[in-house]
Amino acid sequence: MGIWIEENAKLLVQGITGKQGMFHADKMVEYGTNIVGGCTPGKGGQTVELQGKNFPVWNSMFEAIKATDADATVIYVPPPFAGEAIMEAADAFDQIKGEGVVVCITEGIPTLDMVKAVAFVENRPGVRLIGPNCPGIITPGENGGAKIGIMPGHIHAKGRIGIVSKSGTLTYEAVAQTMSIGEGQSTCVGIGGDPVNGTGFIDCLAAFESDSQTEAIVMIGEIGGNAEQEAAAWAKENVTKPIVGFVAGATAPPGKRMGHAGAIISGGKGTAEEKFEAFEAAGIACAKDPSELGAVLLDSLIKAGLRR
Amino acid sequence: MNIHEYQGKALFRSHGVKVLDGVHCTSVESAVSAYDSLQSKVVAVKSQIHAGGRGKGNLYLPNTRDLVMEGGVKIAFSREDVHTYATNILGNLLVTKQTGYEGKIVNHLYVESGCDIAHEYYLALLVDRDQKSVLIMASTEGGMDIEEVAEETPELLHKINVDPNVGLMGYQIRDLGLALGLSGASHKSFRKMLQSLYKLFVQEDCAMVEINPLVRTGGDEMVALDAKVSFDENAEFRHKNWDDLRDLSEEEDVEIRAKETGLSYVKLDGNIGCLVNGAGLAMATMDVIKLYGGEPANFLDVGGGANEEQVKTAFSIILEDPNVKGILVNIFGGIMRCDIIARGVIAATEALDLNVPLVVRLAGTNVDEGKAILASSTLNIHPADDLAEGAQKIVELIGGDV
Repeated sequence: MGIWIEENAKLLVQGITGKQGMFHADKMVEYGTNIVGGCTPGKGGQTVELQGKNFPVWNSMFEAIKATDADATVIYVPPPFAGEAIMEAADAFDQIKGEGVVVCITEGIPTLDMVKAVAFVENRPGVRLIGPNCPGIITPGENGGAKIGIMPGHIHAKGRIGIVSKSGTLTYEAVAQTMSIGEGQSTCVGIGGDPVNGTGFIDCLAAFESDSQTEAIVMIGEIGGNAEQEAAAWAKENVTKPIVGFVAGATAPPGKRMGHAGAIISGGKGTAEEKFEAFEAAGIACAKDPSELGAVLLDSLIKAGLRR
Repeated sequence: MNIHEYQGKALFRSHGVKVLDGVHCTSVESAVSAYDSLQSKVVAVKSQIHAGGRGKGNLYLPNTRDLVMEGGVKIAFSREDVHTYATNILGNLLVTKQTGYEGKIVNHLYVESGCDIAHEYYLALLVDRDQKSVLIMASTEGGMDIEEVAEETPELLHKINVDPNVGLMGYQIRDLGLALGLSGASHKSFRKMLQSLYKLFVQEDCAMVEINPLVRTGGDEMVALDAKVSFDENAEFRHKNWDDLRDLSEEEDVEIRAKETGLSYVKLDGNIGCLVNGAGLAMATMDVIKLYGGEPANFLDVGGGANEEQVKTAFSIILEDPNVKGILVNIFGGIMRCDIIARGVIAATEALDLNVPLVVRLAGTNVDEGKAILASSTLNIHPADDLAEGAQKIVELIGGDV
């Protein structure tokens, strides 16, 4: 199980002939991801060699999905074209299958392009967008699994903890923390640190709540906006599984952008303190130091009677 | 990316948003001749810096910090007034609520015609991250601190969200105009202005446009008396003209250099330098340093695929800050391999003759090779297994309490 992406999900790669796309496609195949081909306009009919095997390239997402019946796509297209790549994928999935998962890794997409793309995707209820500017999504399997994105596959193992995070390397940190207490992951989702993105915290919490494989959830937020506060309030009413949380940016000064476009405290809003308070008010067990996530998680699992 | 008021107003003018006549000046002489050319008895002499709170700010001599004049925006009634104000402003330090103590040297002035004000409003366009659309906010309480209005009298702050599928609709403008109590000619003028502003916002890839105050004149015309415009930096590739609008004196020199090498750096006030991969982990590293009693000197994200050269640049940028007494490197290798980082760290410490304590925490891809490389070096590098241990070690090494 796991959420949205099955271990053997069929994946397309948009921008597969580019440097980034090819590099990461190779890593995904190495991990065991079921890549069925890619899409680069103008390079249809060519093949790309990944891990010694040839994969077909199509000119359009319509062609690619029709030919492969893919379940998901991952986008490594440069920022000027990424917004449109998302819409092309969403349109094709919607028309051909009525559903599909679009994962956008690209960093630096103009915000108004994302406003347009997100509205376009939301008009196609069967299509889910994850990202942009995110590490992707991974559902580890017994042998390999579905790694869709840029995360290091080898740090993961199949298990019962769901992870959702705005930040890339901090997600890896959370994964390592679960491993340190002998726990694996059901699915890990990086939702990205941009101000306007697709899938949010609440979508992930809802999916983890109804996923039978997931026993507990780790939720990693960062400063800026109020997605964490809303998710905490929602979780209080709707999530029965234990949640463990951390928020990055307690020491960030107001008005300064901390790397991610969305990580900025404006007008005293969106501080880490506010978010930690919202977490605690919702009964989410917080770690003040990511190195303690494992211990806090184990404690929560024991308290919930899930571990001894 | 922020631009000055005079640049924002030029943009307004080119998109058909009504502004008053004004002249951008960089000298006292040009300010005085601007007064002559504007042929307005009353003019505003406005300091041009990016920070807000200019009107209530004070001007000081840069060297002695002696007070020169109260108020960074002045109303002048004569040629002599303009001369005095321009002299007091140009080349001096303007300190406002937003600049902090260090203030900002004013190099640009805007001399603008006066106008007959019937009422002041507030108007802003920005991207609403919750609704994932453009948000337009307006209030009858113009000229005020809008955050106070939002806090104390939220019913006076009117909002509409623009559906990106269809754009700004007529009824939305009508509703907003009515909420502001506009009718007749002023309502018509408001409609034209808001349509132009929305178009400007989208075409120019703005992150925010704020007009405070927007005024209704005695002649029932809506005029933008201020213009605070910021652009979405991600869209720079389709706006070649932004280079000309950028005022580098408004940006930290070292932050610009960091950006040029693909690093994201923000200077802070502490004494422990940090070098981290990933924005979230970089913030978390700062937080944990503080948690264990230290103070971070910077935010520094080397990105996902840094090479040896970038690591070296990162070290040299951190070491430019004289406050730095120690450095914590925290890398969770994904795409980035720990052995490459370890080699980069050694090369950088040798090349830069590092003489402050250095703690290195490596995890992830090729971590064992990375650790072995560090261990075999003769340099004084302290390894750490996790972030907490790394933070505790560096705080201890620089003589703080844990």
